[in-house]
Amino acid sequence: MATTERLLTGLDALETAAPRRASLATRVWARLWPVLLAVAIVLAIWQLVVWSGWRPEYAFAGPAAVFTDLFGRLQDPAFYQAIAVTLRRAVTGFALATAIGLVIGAAVSRVRPLRAAFGSLITGLQTMPSIAWFPLAILLFKLSESTILFVVVLGAAPSIANGLITGVDYTPPILLRAGKVLGLRGWRLYWHLILPASLPSFLAGLKQGWAFAWRSLMAGEIVIIIANQTSLGEQLHYARELADSPGLIATMIVILIIGIAVDALFNTADNALRRRWGLDQRPV
Amino acid sequence: MTMRAQEAPAGRTAEPAVRLDAVSKTYGYGQDGLLALDHVSLEVGTGEFVCLLGASGCGKSTMLSLIAGLDRATGGSIHLGGRRVAMMFQEPALFPWLTVQRNVELALNGRPRAERRALAAELLKTVHLGGFGAKRPHELSGGMRQRVALARALAQDCDVLLMDEPFGALDAMTRDLLHDELERIWRDRGLTVLFVTHNVREAVRLGDRVVLLSSRPGRVVEIFDVLLDRPRRTDSPEVASLAATVTDRLREEVSRHGDH
Ligand SMILES: Nc1ncnc2c1ncn2[C@@H]1O[C@H](COP(=O)(O)OP(=O)(O)OP(=O)(O)O)[C@@H](O)[C@H]1O
Ligand SMILES: [Mg+2]
Repeated sequence: MATTERLLTGLDALETAAPRRASLATRVWARLWPVLLAVAIVLAIWQLVVWSGWRPEYAFAGPAAVFTDLFGRLQDPAFYQAIAVTLRRAVTGFALATAIGLVIGAAVSRVRPLRAAFGSLITGLQTMPSIAWFPLAILLFKLSESTILFVVVLGAAPSIANGLITGVDYTPPILLRAGKVLGLRGWRLYWHLILPASLPSFLAGLKQGWAFAWRSLMAGEIVIIIANQTSLGEQLHYARELADSPGLIATMIVILIIGIAVDALFNTADNALRRRWGLDQRPV
Repeated sequence: MTMRAQEAPAGRTAEPAVRLDAVSKTYGYGQDGLLALDHVSLEVGTGEFVCLLGASGCGKSTMLSLIAGLDRATGGSIHLGGRRVAMMFQEPALFPWLTVQRNVELALNGRPRAERRALAAELLKTVHLGGFGAKRPHELSGGMRQRVALARALAQDCDVLLMDEPFGALDAMTRDLLHDELERIWRDRGLTVLFVTHNVREAVRLGDRVVLLSSRPGRVVEIFDVLLDRPRRTDSPEVASLAATVTDRLREEVSRHGDH
């Protein structure tokens, strides 16, 4: 018996030698340099197009003018206020969409008749361009915050619900069988097995939902200008009206950066989950 | 050193832990229905180690699923006398979002937290994984994961342990070691084990009896008593010679299917 134990321990030691992870600096640099390279290439092309004289400078400003403008904006409190308003709307809308998506997703994945009735409708809603909701939203809520919120929620909720439904559907059957043998039933089956198993898919739904929310929000802020309420979309709108090309492009860059930053946040969460669960490796 | 079918070996208690009475299982309906098990009757004594052997698709997994209550028989009846059943699959089927320790604790539900923790740690020691409780399943090797799955099955405090090709995916050395481990745990705990495999030597190495099933539909063809002393070695000549006999019978059974 003792030999068995020693043999097992020996095998275990051989089989669980953990690979060393690279140092933080190495990992950051590995992620960073392709980004820097891409930015450099885009800037170069942009500058070349401006130099070619394809469009006059007042319509299509070059990098130098744009970054000067951007730098100026970064000194201006009103600009931060615009960002704050836009982010507040994004977060509120996204949070609401998450709550609604969770409830609908849970109901549809749980209740069979609902499933038949609403499953494909939810997928259909996902393909609906958010701009197409605005006429109805304006009729319902006039030109108000609610109009924007309505469209943001409608843009994001279907993706979030769908993420949860897909996750529940694709709970590995072998885990379900194991759960049954372990005596998991009813809400305990949901809590201990189905919900955690659908987490990766739900996270993917959240990420996609965020992308839709952000797009809908920008459309909303350009279409619906609320007096005395500055926002990133509103700044875009006025930059166009005033033919302020550097300001317009500078604002677009800020929108792009916020979008990328939030996406990176979701990716970080997703990677952390995959590493913890070993999803990229041998199946468990 | 001899074996003879249908002869009860000494030491097996009379009262069966599991009794299958003419159990049938059909998948699907009507013309398209597939008869997976056809009037299978079998008794497994309390504390007995029975191996189920048969070609692929002969209904071994189906039989375990029915006993475990994962699926319903379409005919006949299964008697467990209120015994608790745990099951192990070919894959470890551990929950990747839980640590090894938590995976085992999940099976101990209904007890106070501290007790669960202590019991799970104890069970991990039983399968020689005492130091690995904080790891996640994917950080372990295949053999270690199966041992965690075994610990989890034991945590259910079962009387009957159903095992569906639990070591099928492991290398020969690890499998041999796990045979020793399983045999020790089976003896120490007085478990009744129903062990599915299509590895004849594994069946002879482990079983008190080896039940040979035919394919499509699954029926009990023959039962071999294994009267060899324990502990046995998979590579011993006695195991090899009995395995050869069983293999011949299995081949005969499989080749009958080529005839029609
Ligand atoms: N859920 C199912 N629906 C339809 N047919 C099934 C189902 N499960 C099993 N079968 C069929 O029943 C028969 C027996 O299957 P089973 O999985 O029990 O065989 P097995 O002996 O465990 O095979 P293996 O050695 O390959 O694991 C097979 O022909 C299989 O195709
Ligand atoms: Mg099987």
